[in-house]
Amino acid sequence: MNALIVIQAGPTMALQDLGRPGYLAAGLTRGGAADVRAVHEGAALLKQDPHLAVIEMAGTGGVFEAQADIRIALTGAVMVAHVDGTALAWNASHAVPKGAKLTIGPARSGTYGYLHVGGGFATEPLLGSRATHLSCGLGALLAKGDVLPIGVDKGGDVGLTLTPDARLSGGTVRIVPSMQTEDFDPNIRARFESTAFRRDPRANRQGVRMDSDGDGFSNPKALSIVSEVIVPGDIQITGDGTPFVLMAECQTTGGYPRIGTVLPCDLPRVAQAPAGTGLQFQFVTIEDGAAIQSRANAELRKLPGTVTPLVRDPETLKDLLSYQLVGGVISATESPLDEG
Amino acid sequence: MDSAPFVPTIRSVGLNGLLVTFDERATDAANRAAIAFRSAVDAQGWPEIGESSSTLVSAFFRVDLSEYQFEPLRARLAEVLTTQDWGAAPLPVGRTLWTIPAVFGGTRAPQLAEAAEAAGLTVAQAEADLTSARLRVLTLGFAPGQPYLGTLGEAWNIPRQVGLSPNIPAGALVAAVRQICLFTKDTPTGWRHVGQSAFACFRPQSDVPFPLSPGDEVRFTAVTEQELARIEAHNADGSGGALREVLK
Repeated sequence: MNALIVIQAGPTMALQDLGRPGYLAAGLTRGGAADVRAVHEGAALLKQDPHLAVIEMAGTGGVFEAQADIRIALTGAVMVAHVDGTALAWNASHAVPKGAKLTIGPARSGTYGYLHVGGGFATEPLLGSRATHLSCGLGALLAKGDVLPIGVDKGGDVGLTLTPDARLSGGTVRIVPSMQTEDFDPNIRARFESTAFRRDPRANRQGVRMDSDGDGFSNPKALSIVSEVIVPGDIQITGDGTPFVLMAECQTTGGYPRIGTVLPCDLPRVAQAPAGTGLQFQFVTIEDGAAIQSRANAELRKLPGTVTPLVRDPETLKDLLSYQLVGGVISATESPLDEG
Repeated sequence: MDSAPFVPTIRSVGLNGLLVTFDERATDAANRAAIAFRSAVDAQGWPEIGESSSTLVSAFFRVDLSEYQFEPLRARLAEVLTTQDWGAAPLPVGRTLWTIPAVFGGTRAPQLAEAAEAAGLTVAQAEADLTSARLRVLTLGFAPGQPYLGTLGEAWNIPRQVGLSPNIPAGALVAAVRQICLFTKDTPTGWRHVGQSAFACFRPQSDVPFPLSPGDEVRFTAVTEQELARIEAHNADGSGGALREVLK
């Protein structure tokens, strides 16, 4: 069986997939990739099943080598990537020959980058999934020397790209009312919606803390509640009034009141916002939220049809594979892929 | 208290499902209702429901509300609610009675005396309470497979301590608010460490990764530190010397 060898590992790299549904009653959350959209984008680029396992890289990647020729795709947070010194375009698929060094460096924008391989990673599933769930002791961070088995690749074209849904630099996040929303005073809810938040550096796969100037958002009426179901995207208000957006690896229940719940399709925007990035929350009704989410789900299903060949400009022939990165540099602004 | 009885509520939880809540306080009747109601709805096999769970006072049904509308599902759950008095409903059949050995007090569970004092009991009375009570798995949560067990007598309505104990070990029995929690893994907590077992609540490599289910019943038997050490020395399967029988 083919395998990918981890030659150097960034501090927070782990295998992920779409998670482990079916265990809520046992107290185990679904988990899975922080940016589910990126998992689907990679699957579309390689024309394969989105349930296949990928490497999620927080902040920075690592150095890898394949034991045989492989196809890869790179999605999510835009990172600096090379194969044996040749720059690779992000949001694209590439061939990596046997023995070549694939180097993935720090994120230029966003937080979670994804490395997909043709055939997916074929580690032994645990409870029906290959997703690493650190807080529950399922799987472990990737480390130097790991040899990750790769499944059979049905093969296909490389040198393909797609335009990612813009989500790497914060912006407006839509939320629906949730079970305790009405326990919060209307004026607290209104202030919550009009507040310009910043993603706090304290953020991980369990939750993201939101900073803001001015008063907190605690509400005496909502202080003493019985522990209740948590779903990813819930925004809990802790005792001192600080909002936390709960993420893929949140617990199944919690005792802090929830002011609202981020739409699943907007959760990658929270996950990807780097520390200090501005975020704002906007309430939509459950009906409007359902319609927005339904459209987003339909878009995910259509992703494979949006894949196009990487543009090859003769002027940049020597940087053929890195065309899109070069474009970003020439524009002297943020990469066009990151516009919020 | 002569407050009006709580009328069960049905609320949406984001776009992820519906929550049926049987009380705003953690009462034993509400917990029984949540377990029985969840079981009854599960038995009807609604295709919209991806999975279900129950918390201290609520039943949760995971439904993709972007695919299925909330309102018709709310109405159908409301219909099921009217079919009986769920607080008086029998618990599901086929539940398990667990008998779990544990050390109470001493170096392995050093806060028994403190908890007894908070409960206004002697240490002997506290241990007698904890080993005679037939407790129910109220819910699993916080960590995978981790049970909240209840409901102890009113004396045990002891608050959490103000500071956190930095690291109470897996298998610990900790007490607060008339409940015992049996830790899945080492955990910082404000609950008091009154007992120590070798029971693994989460066994990811096993055919039965989550031995406990909501509604199961648990009783603890007191063993010595030496007996617990002996159990721990032969505990590769995580069973911790526990016995199980099916409740009829």
